[in-house]
Amino acid sequence: MANQARDAAIVGIHEYPLRVAPGRSAMQIKAESISKALEDSGLKLTDVDAIYDTNEGEGGGGLGMAHYLNLKPTVIDTTQVGGSSYEFQTAHALRDIRAGKANVAILSYGSVAASNRTPIGTGGGTGMGAPNWQGNMEDPFGQTLIANYAMVAHRHMHQYGTRAEDLAEISVSTRLHATRNPEAVRAMQDLQFMATGEITVQDVLDSRVIADPLHLLECCMVSDGGGALVIASAAAARGAKKKPVWIIGTGEATKYRENGGDITVSAGAQSAPIAFGEAQVRPEELDLAMIYDSFTITVATILEDLGFCKKGDYKDFAKNNRFRFDSALKPALNTDGGGLSSNHPGMRGLFLLLESVRQLRGESTSQVANAQLAIAHGNGGFLGGNHTGGSIILARD
Amino acid sequence: MPNRPQPRFPEPNSQPFWEGAKRGELLYQQCNSCSGVVFYPRLICTHCGGLDLAWKQSQGEGTVYTYSVVRQNRNPAFSDLGAYAVAYIDLDEGFRMMSNVVGVADPTKDIAIGQRVRVEFEKQDSGDYPVPVFRPI
Repeated sequence: MANQARDAAIVGIHEYPLRVAPGRSAMQIKAESISKALEDSGLKLTDVDAIYDTNEGEGGGGLGMAHYLNLKPTVIDTTQVGGSSYEFQTAHALRDIRAGKANVAILSYGSVAASNRTPIGTGGGTGMGAPNWQGNMEDPFGQTLIANYAMVAHRHMHQYGTRAEDLAEISVSTRLHATRNPEAVRAMQDLQFMATGEITVQDVLDSRVIADPLHLLECCMVSDGGGALVIASAAAARGAKKKPVWIIGTGEATKYRENGGDITVSAGAQSAPIAFGEAQVRPEELDLAMIYDSFTITVATILEDLGFCKKGDYKDFAKNNRFRFDSALKPALNTDGGGLSSNHPGMRGLFLLLESVRQLRGESTSQVANAQLAIAHGNGGFLGGNHTGGSIILARD
Repeated sequence: MPNRPQPRFPEPNSQPFWEGAKRGELLYQQCNSCSGVVFYPRLICTHCGGLDLAWKQSQGEGTVYTYSVVRQNRNPAFSDLGAYAVAYIDLDEGFRMMSNVVGVADPTKDIAIGQRVRVEFEKQDSGDYPVPVFRPI
């Protein structure tokens, strides 16, 4: 690790505690989270000179955020690539800080998807919005978002012999972590989950099928929520209240429906080698994997693509309760309770970074003993269609 | 008749494909410069970057690459279909398209990856453009 560059660090975080937030707007959730993340960092609003924004909600992108905060930043980046936008933005923040263009950067997220009753997973193929070249080739066929991911699951099962019970291991360990996180427990209560305790593989298999072969308990929730994080240069990080969590490797990639392509391989297969190469660490060294769990198959596919095991070997890798926070096997997975059981307002990428930081600070509700290295991997868009993959590798001192 | 969302225009990339569907033809593009197959339809060859793409007619036969049976869709346009199968079909000419597999008694049991299928054009109440769907051969 001697040659790792440590040029920028995450020094402040906040996760908006509520998953049902009636009367709040996305912009308010973003602003409250920025204020509290800055408080967590010990830096001031007036220290911020770079804004990264996804243009979600009624925010108006980087310009709208700057206006709301009455800031005049020197860097504005409105990268919107779906749920992995925050991994992409973190990569850009590191790049911009390294280039000397920025010193203190903020990323924020706010969404009231639950209060708006947004059918994220089951509302595909609406035939609404401006005509476009891709929608015209897909909308008539009634593909829901869940069905797109389910097509990856079917193909993965066909090619590698993966079983539904193998995928269910992700739901089981993630729910265990959620039961230990009071905000996740409240989320499941407020969103009226039928049961909020631990679940078994059989519970997953017994839950109703939403789109074959994916069951209800393999699908993320739709919540309100949001959060923010503060990224600082090495110099600015020295003024922070808490120990810095260094950004030591980043990778960005895209993938599509391709003629003759392999749907079981995600953009992560391209982004991860870049990130690991920069970080000069190997997957088996990582203590924590925070992987976008829109659905179980997303995690299974990405674990392979990140190099934790070979393509197709997920079913063996998942054995022996590997993913639990207290397992002797690495990595622990989605220790905050994930999108499956804690927080999914539509673009979960920010929460992957927040829990990674909590783990590397020793602040998680399912703390991995002596956690030193983590990866946050966001997936944006449709896993079986066009999507992005963003990999961020983080290290503590 | 089904009442699916129609393709919407003006959208110049996909309009020739849908005009072909009206004639009962399944169209794709091939590059006159490098012979690369391009799909979904667009202006530029994704193999060589050229702009000389020609429309070709597929024989309409292929295999199911993967599929999912949708049990829940909040879009009322699909509510009368019951459980229906969305699929990627690999056409024999080398392009992969999204479609539906139809004409089976139970889509949760009667569809398989690798199954041979043939296109048919399903007329719609929702508009003039029939939708190309696939039935097992």
